[in-house]
Amino acid sequence: MSFLTYLINGLSLGSIYAIIALGYTMVYGIAKMLNFAHGDFIMVGCYVIFSVIGAMGGNSTTGVIIAVVVSIILCSLLGITTEFIAYRPLRGAASPLAVLITAIGVSYFLENLALIIFGADVKSFSSVITWKGISFANGELKIQGVTIVTIAVSIIILVCLQLFINKTKQGQAMLAVAEDKGAATLMGINVNKTIMLTFAIGSALAAVAGALLCSAYPNLSPYVGAMPGIKAFVAAVLGGIGSIPGAMIGGIVLGIVEILSKTYISSQLSDAIVFGILVIVLIVKPTGILGKVIQEKV
Amino acid sequence: MRIDKKTKDNLITYGIVVATFLIVQALASTGHLTNHIKGLLVPMTYYAIIAVALNLCVGILGELSIGHCGFMCIGAFTSAAFSKITAEKIPSGPRFLIAFVIGIAFAALFGFLIGIPVLRLKGDYLAIVTLAFGEIIKNVINAFYIGVDSKGMHFSMENQMALGLEPDGLMVVNGAMGITGTPHDASFTIGIVMLLVSLVVVLNLINSRDGRAIMAIRDNYIAAEASGINVTRYKMLAFTISAAIAGAAGVLYSHNITTLTASSQYFGYNASIMILVYVVLGGIGNIRGSVVAACILYLLPELLRGLNKYRMLIYSIVLIVMMIVNWSPKVIEWRKKTFANFGIKKKV
Repeated sequence: MSFLTYLINGLSLGSIYAIIALGYTMVYGIAKMLNFAHGDFIMVGCYVIFSVIGAMGGNSTTGVIIAVVVSIILCSLLGITTEFIAYRPLRGAASPLAVLITAIGVSYFLENLALIIFGADVKSFSSVITWKGISFANGELKIQGVTIVTIAVSIIILVCLQLFINKTKQGQAMLAVAEDKGAATLMGINVNKTIMLTFAIGSALAAVAGALLCSAYPNLSPYVGAMPGIKAFVAAVLGGIGSIPGAMIGGIVLGIVEILSKTYISSQLSDAIVFGILVIVLIVKPTGILGKVIQEKV
Repeated sequence: MRIDKKTKDNLITYGIVVATFLIVQALASTGHLTNHIKGLLVPMTYYAIIAVALNLCVGILGELSIGHCGFMCIGAFTSAAFSKITAEKIPSGPRFLIAFVIGIAFAALFGFLIGIPVLRLKGDYLAIVTLAFGEIIKNVINAFYIGVDSKGMHFSMENQMALGLEPDGLMVVNGAMGITGTPHDASFTIGIVMLLVSLVVVLNLINSRDGRAIMAIRDNYIAAEASGINVTRYKMLAFTISAAIAGAAGVLYSHNITTLTASSQYFGYNASIMILVYVVLGGIGNIRGSVVAACILYLLPELLRGLNKYRMLIYSIVLIVMMIVNWSPKVIEWRKKTFANFGIKKKV
């Protein structure tokens, strides 16, 4: 039974990674850039929820809903602003590294801004999910409310995102821009607007992930998003960067491996094992689990 | 005597390093340097060295690596372990020399081993795997326990007790606590000498037949392969040399501090990214630029210490603005126009 509990915990952590990885993979697919600041959007989302709940005094249901909605909106705006100020001027720069370094700059900026506003001390985040959860088999198998909500939310997000991309005009525009910017422009697609929308969705997902992450692991600091951000990036690569189902699979594999190796092998080496899995998968399949193999032509 | 352009360029680079060294020494001997600044000199040299190493990988070989601090970590730990074991047996001069050889050899060995799988990948996949290896190295070293006693070397990956060390045994690597009490052998002079050595190695490599082959692979690997260049061999060559130089930076690092731990602050992906920032701002493929950028950007946050908690915020804004000014196509166009208006012809 304990194995099952760990498996479900892994699934829950994996779902959080998956939600973050979805944001990563969408932005990468469309803007062809690694948004290193994505992890910090999670942190911003967490602090917004923390502040709004604090300002409303208490953890009431309406308070939580308002806080999460405010956090999603602010994170989307942050994503759009960042893209507009820091990334758009560098589109078409001679080296793709230029925008990568700017993203690192944005990441430093957000972390240090949070450090100045909220201080370096770790704040205790009260879970936005108050439901205690359910237990099976005479209480031997307990599943926490946070775990169930996390898994459910990630499934809902995946389904909605797939529908959005495959069924709506904006979604199709995103696919077109990801495929070929020049051709998309010729077809009358506003590339700038499409990229902006992608950033807004990706950042909104980061806010959702932040709410879930801090509910499961309630320690809030300016660096809370850094490691989950990198792990989610690894998840996105594992699944094949640019692929939405791939990000989901990568995230869940990573979460389960992390929790199981922490439990059964060594808590110190769990990160090494997680990264080791990535190395092995990429050696066997160099473009990730669901990545497209693009043959280079002369 | 006629000196061709490349040799002249290289001589200028060496000249800048030597001149900096002389100026700093002159300032130090006349008492113009505070202890705070003196403490920054050795780090400045090892950051310059690793920036040169990374530029060989990113700028010359053309493969983005965000795990170079992992090689620095290997160089630091192997050499510090050696120095600690032999601290009382070998005098400091030869010991430090052997420490360098050991650190560089191990970093090169790992560079070679890691290069085999990594260099099969391309672009961002390659980058993320170097990041993964950097984190793996850091994590594994944090779980390492090595001790020495009369029976020889003991090794464990569990805890200190599992070593079964004799009471008078020497604890060398103590897991996450790292190595304490490494002899303080590094100095600014040795750092500058190592920087010059790595510059000579890298600049000569670039201007050699091998270097041209490496750059041909960077520019178009299909064309390079079609011209009969052994792509794998040259990629491995550049990557291994780059790892070896990063290892040398690690040796300097570990012999400049008393407590060496494989912390994320110094050996994690964040540290590797910081080095990448030096390389990109100094100019990708421009070795001299890397040295200058590493020195300036390392000193900048330290000199901004007066601004207290705002210093990293200012640093990040400077970073973003510099990137946009240097690289944005629109800004470059605008700069060209403005210079044209003033009648200044500038090569962009």
